[in-house]
Amino acid sequence: MRTGIIAKKLGMTRVFSETGQDIPVTVLQIENLQVVQQMTEEKNGYTAVQLGLKNAKPSRVNKPQLGHFAKSKVEPKTHLREFCVSSENLLEVGSEVKADIFKIGQYVDIQGKTVGKGFAGVMKRHNFGGLRASHGVSVSHRSHGSTGQCQDPGRVFKGKKMAGQMGNKIRTQQNLKIVQIDADRGLILVKGSIPGSKGSVVRVIDAVKKPQV
Amino acid sequence: MNIIEQLDKEQIEKLAKDIPAFGAGDTLRIHVKVTEGTRERIQVFEGICIARKNAGLQSSFTVRKISFGEGVERIFPLYSPTLSRIELVRRGDVRRAKLYYLRGRTGKSARISEKTDKRTPAGTVEKLPKNTVSTEAAAVAETKKVAEA
Repeated sequence: MRTGIIAKKLGMTRVFSETGQDIPVTVLQIENLQVVQQMTEEKNGYTAVQLGLKNAKPSRVNKPQLGHFAKSKVEPKTHLREFCVSSENLLEVGSEVKADIFKIGQYVDIQGKTVGKGFAGVMKRHNFGGLRASHGVSVSHRSHGSTGQCQDPGRVFKGKKMAGQMGNKIRTQQNLKIVQIDADRGLILVKGSIPGSKGSVVRVIDAVKKPQV
Repeated sequence: MNIIEQLDKEQIEKLAKDIPAFGAGDTLRIHVKVTEGTRERIQVFEGICIARKNAGLQSSFTVRKISFGEGVERIFPLYSPTLSRIELVRRGDVRRAKLYYLRGRTGKSARISEKTDKRTPAGTVEKLPKNTVSTEAAAVAETKKVAEA
C-alpha cells in the first residue's frame, strides 16, 4: 500500500473533453506537501508516513509543533495527516509529494468532513414527507409521524430515523476518476463532487475497490 | 484571480471559436455535432434565443423553436465543443433579457420584430455568416471580371 495525499478542496467547475463530453470536476490543490515523519515497525509498531500540507508562518505554530518540524528539518506546516503504508513504500523524511503521484484516468477515494447543517429536522435530514398543511394538523407540519408500534414491542427500535445533527461528519466518496493533473501548479481535477466545503482539507488515496494502476 | 477562474479562462481560450454577439430575441442557427456510432455529422437547430446566461465557462443559452406544432427548447453550453458553429440569422428587437413569455404564445403573438440599428449599420454586416460574405465577395469579383472582359 502506498501513501495517499492531503489536499485542499478549491471548488468545482467543468471540463470539456476532446470528444465533446462535459465533465463536472472538483479542483484539489497540493501545496508544499512533504513527509514530516516516518513511523516504523521497530520504533512505532506500525509503518506509516506523516505528511504536512502548506507552509505555515513559524509564529503561527506552537512551540512543541515547531520542535517536531525542526527535528525532521522541514518547514512548519498548517496541516498534518498520517497515511499507513507498507514498509517498501516508506518515503524519506523531507521528500516532497507532487500531484503526479496519481495518474490521469485512475480512481481515487476522497475523505473529507461534510458541510455541517446543524441540528436538522427529519424532513431535511431524512427526506420525510412531514404532516399535512391542513385537516386539523396543528404546530407539527414538519414533524415525523409515529416512531413505532404499540405495547408490543413497547419501545422504539434502534436506528429509527429522527431529527439530529446533520453533516459535519467524516465521509468518504469512493471511486472518483482523475480527469486532469497539473503537477506544476499542484492541481488535481477529479470527476464529481467530494465531501467538504471549499477550502477544507481532504485525504486522497488510491481507490480501495478498483485494481491498482 | 483564483485558480478556478484561471482554469476556466484557459479552457475558454483553448475552446475559442467565433461566437457572434447575440442575445435574447435573436434568431440563431446552431450547428451541433452528433455522433451516431462511429460516424459524426452536423445537425442544425434553428430558433429564437430566449435566454442567455453569461457566467464564464458556465455560460449557456436557450434556443426555442416550434417543431411540427410542438414547442422545443434546447439549452446549449456556450463553449461546448459539440457546437461547431453558431450562426446569427436575424437580430430581434426585444425589451427583456429572458423571453420566457414566448412559451405561452404561438403564431402571430409569438413574433419578434427585427432590430434595425441605425447607429451601427456596419456592425450587422460583420456578423453575417462567413460563407455568405465570401460568396458575395466572389460575386463582386466575378462581375468585375465580366466588366473587364
